[in-house]
Amino acid sequence: MPLRAEPLLSERSVRGRRGVRYPRPARLPADHELPAHLRRRALRLPELSELDVVRHYTRLSQKNFGVDTHFIPLGSCTMKYNPKLNDRLSFLPGFQNLHPLTTQEALQGILELFFELEKWLCELCGMDAFTLQPAAGAHGELAGILIARAYHRSRKESARVEVLIPDSAHGTNPASAALGGFTVIPIRSNTRGRVDLEDFKSKLGPRTALVMLTVPNTLGLFEDEILEIARLGHEAGALLYLDGANLNALMGILKPGELGFDLLHLNLHKTFSIPHGGGGPGGGPLGVRKSLEDFLPMPRVVREKGAYRLRENSKKTIGRIRSFFGNVGALVRAYAYIRSLGGTGLRQVSETAVLHANYLRVRLRKEFPSFVDEPCMHECVLQAVGPSWNGVKTQDVAKRLLDFGFYAPTIYFPLIVPEALMIEPTETESKQTLDEFIEAMRQIAQEAQSCPERLRAAPHHTHVRRVDEVQAARKPNLRWGRGEGGGGL
Amino acid sequence: MFVPTTDSEKREMLEAIGVDCVEELFQSIPPSLRFPGLRGLPPPAGELEVFRHVQALAEGNRPLRCFAGAGAYDHYIPSAVWALAMRGEFATAYTPYQAEANQGALQALYEFQSLVCELLGTEVANASLYDGASALAEAVLMALRHHPERRKVLYSQGIHPQSLQTLKTYAANLEVEWVPLPLTPEGTTDLNQLRQKLSEEVACVLLQHPNFFGCLEEVEEVCHASSAQGALSVVSTYPVALGLLRPPGECGADAVVAEGQSLGIPLSFGGPYLGLFGTRQALLRRIPGRICGMTADLEGSRSFVLTLQAREQHIRRERATSNICTNEALCALAASIFLALLGPQGLRELAELNFYLAHRLARRLERLPGFRLRYATPFFNEFVLDCPVPAGKLHRKMRAKGYLAGVCLDPWFPKLKNSLLLCATETRTEQEQEEFCAELKRCL
Repeated sequence: MPLRAEPLLSERSVRGRRGVRYPRPARLPADHELPAHLRRRALRLPELSELDVVRHYTRLSQKNFGVDTHFIPLGSCTMKYNPKLNDRLSFLPGFQNLHPLTTQEALQGILELFFELEKWLCELCGMDAFTLQPAAGAHGELAGILIARAYHRSRKESARVEVLIPDSAHGTNPASAALGGFTVIPIRSNTRGRVDLEDFKSKLGPRTALVMLTVPNTLGLFEDEILEIARLGHEAGALLYLDGANLNALMGILKPGELGFDLLHLNLHKTFSIPHGGGGPGGGPLGVRKSLEDFLPMPRVVREKGAYRLRENSKKTIGRIRSFFGNVGALVRAYAYIRSLGGTGLRQVSETAVLHANYLRVRLRKEFPSFVDEPCMHECVLQAVGPSWNGVKTQDVAKRLLDFGFYAPTIYFPLIVPEALMIEPTETESKQTLDEFIEAMRQIAQEAQSCPERLRAAPHHTHVRRVDEVQAARKPNLRWGRGEGGGGL
Repeated sequence: MFVPTTDSEKREMLEAIGVDCVEELFQSIPPSLRFPGLRGLPPPAGELEVFRHVQALAEGNRPLRCFAGAGAYDHYIPSAVWALAMRGEFATAYTPYQAEANQGALQALYEFQSLVCELLGTEVANASLYDGASALAEAVLMALRHHPERRKVLYSQGIHPQSLQTLKTYAANLEVEWVPLPLTPEGTTDLNQLRQKLSEEVACVLLQHPNFFGCLEEVEEVCHASSAQGALSVVSTYPVALGLLRPPGECGADAVVAEGQSLGIPLSFGGPYLGLFGTRQALLRRIPGRICGMTADLEGSRSFVLTLQAREQHIRRERATSNICTNEALCALAASIFLALLGPQGLRELAELNFYLAHRLARRLERLPGFRLRYATPFFNEFVLDCPVPAGKLHRKMRAKGYLAGVCLDPWFPKLKNSLLLCATETRTEQEQEEFCAELKRCL
């Protein structure tokens, strides 16, 4: 049964109520220590007891789908199970209490972990060096873009200012390229959902700095002309970048470095099982070939005379991309994940992810045809199109799935597929779950024929009914105290 | 491990697909590159084995009694913070794109934005960025977009050196002229220099308050001088200090950013942390990152949803206000829980306690022969101590005694060879301060 609406913190506030207390200091700031004009006059935060706060957030959590509670088949997001051991390890006092400017002699444990993790990621990807600093995939992309720019400059090829990106790519690719000062040139996809080789050739040239690809691509398909694309790209003097969001299909299956990629980022919050956190924190390590290693952001972990140390300077580095070292909590989890599975386990992960995706694709073929009907990798892109759908949209299918207790797949993406449903089941879901999901999808397809209005009004059983996004954008209400919601403050 | 599929289920699935083995599903991959083997990876290990191994690595870091700040602060974290934030429904959720199935996370983000606005004194706030340094970089990018014809950025030399490095990396390929604003001998930004250097070519002025050396800045004067020339003022601040200090937004700052780590997020060797970002309503459509809004569902019930997404990369692609996608939502949740537990009185008490302890420590250290405070300017919980010997040497000796005796400044500021940046928070008792001072004296 849906829970009642949970009031805002501000509406629960009661003047004088307390949660945490601190000891009173012997002395308060004197006027000469803190002049009046620098002092805060009012602080309107909610006033709550600890139980108020615990109940509030526990109730909010009950209105949220997570992997721990629901199947989340979001394509390109790899919402696999997040092992509890890894959370526990990241909270160990030896990591958690470590100040980031601690001197390096007192850091040998964590630096060893970073050093090993970089080595493992190199082996997994066929790369020569990694930086663990990027906080998320897009942050890794930005670092890669800046490296590409610095690399071409160092070769006196500053005229290379274009980045070729397929029209099926994640939005972060063009956004990162633009942030790095490049011009984005889109490449068309062909009817097989792959890069259109002719279009690619026509756009490749002396101005091309970088070719950014996703493998498998966002249709879940292996870019089967990749070797030719890499050869042409390199011949033209460009670098090849891999958006590694879909690495869950590739571990032990192939090494991207061997396909010809010069740089790639990974998403630890996808392939390496760190919890997504409702939108981060993540981790976006960036791997490069030897010839690009000197451009990596600082600091770098190095091993000298049996001890680990952080190197802060290098002549060619693009500089620093964040404060301190990286999202260490994510790195500890990723380390533990790889350590648990080992090489054989990781290959089994990718094989099973691909098996599961193909199972869904084939079993749903009749109701939801694939955009490209051939074996997929770790995800498949299906469509809700045709006369039997009675004007029901993919959006409606997604909302109705929530009623069946499933999170929705990624929808309307990639942009080149009309009414797209991008489904990634991951290796950690059981066959029973997949079968239940198939059943729900089939029932939805049936409802489109028998009672389409039921789909258009979905969801029916969630905590709120369909949310009005248009009003949210037209009259933005982005905080309490302005109009509604000031409550007890 | 973590794969539930049994051999017989696997066979059933293969049969349904119509292939004989899993390998057949990989035929589009060039055969010579298929299944390369992963010899450099460790063998699989059980939970106990992995636990022992990683615990040994954690214990390979020597615990030190921390008197350092410099952008990361050792504050006590109330037990409820992560007990709630790590609930699986929050921690294992995706970005709340399906609003109806994510009302919990969305309401929490709306509340986070509200709390951040109140704390920073801004009209609007986003749902988080990576960290304080990247938040400052994003604010500069926003200012440059707002003023496309202005290419100068004035920055105070009191800004955290790592933040400066970060924002220069972010803007490496944009045509920007970086103009430093030196500090006075009192440790604060030179306002005369600011007035001289301000012009109609300046897109924004960057200030940190309290600054890197712990000194409190004249925020209001900097903001007013900037806006008189049409430049945006961007202030980077320290949330716990705002329990006592007037918020930069109220002093006229156009954008306020902060490293949110001090709000219940562990030190964890530098991350994950939390970038806070607040600004004026007028700049709403230029804000980077996600924003959550309150709206209604089709029955009129209060609901929450991610909004103004036309700014973001998944819609706007190369014309987005930022490339950020995954941010630090769970840390934003933790910070909200922290602020909700403390409330206005708790945050004020925490700030007062930090202020008191830092000033107490400063007075004690000043009494040691040969030591003196470098600046007489008001400070919050951090200050520069000039030592009678090179700071690096003293720092090393103190480490041998189990202390992290602040941060040596000479790697960033070579002239400050004898200076330590020290910090006192509520986690170091008065007794520990006494022991620290005694040890420092012995280490001379």
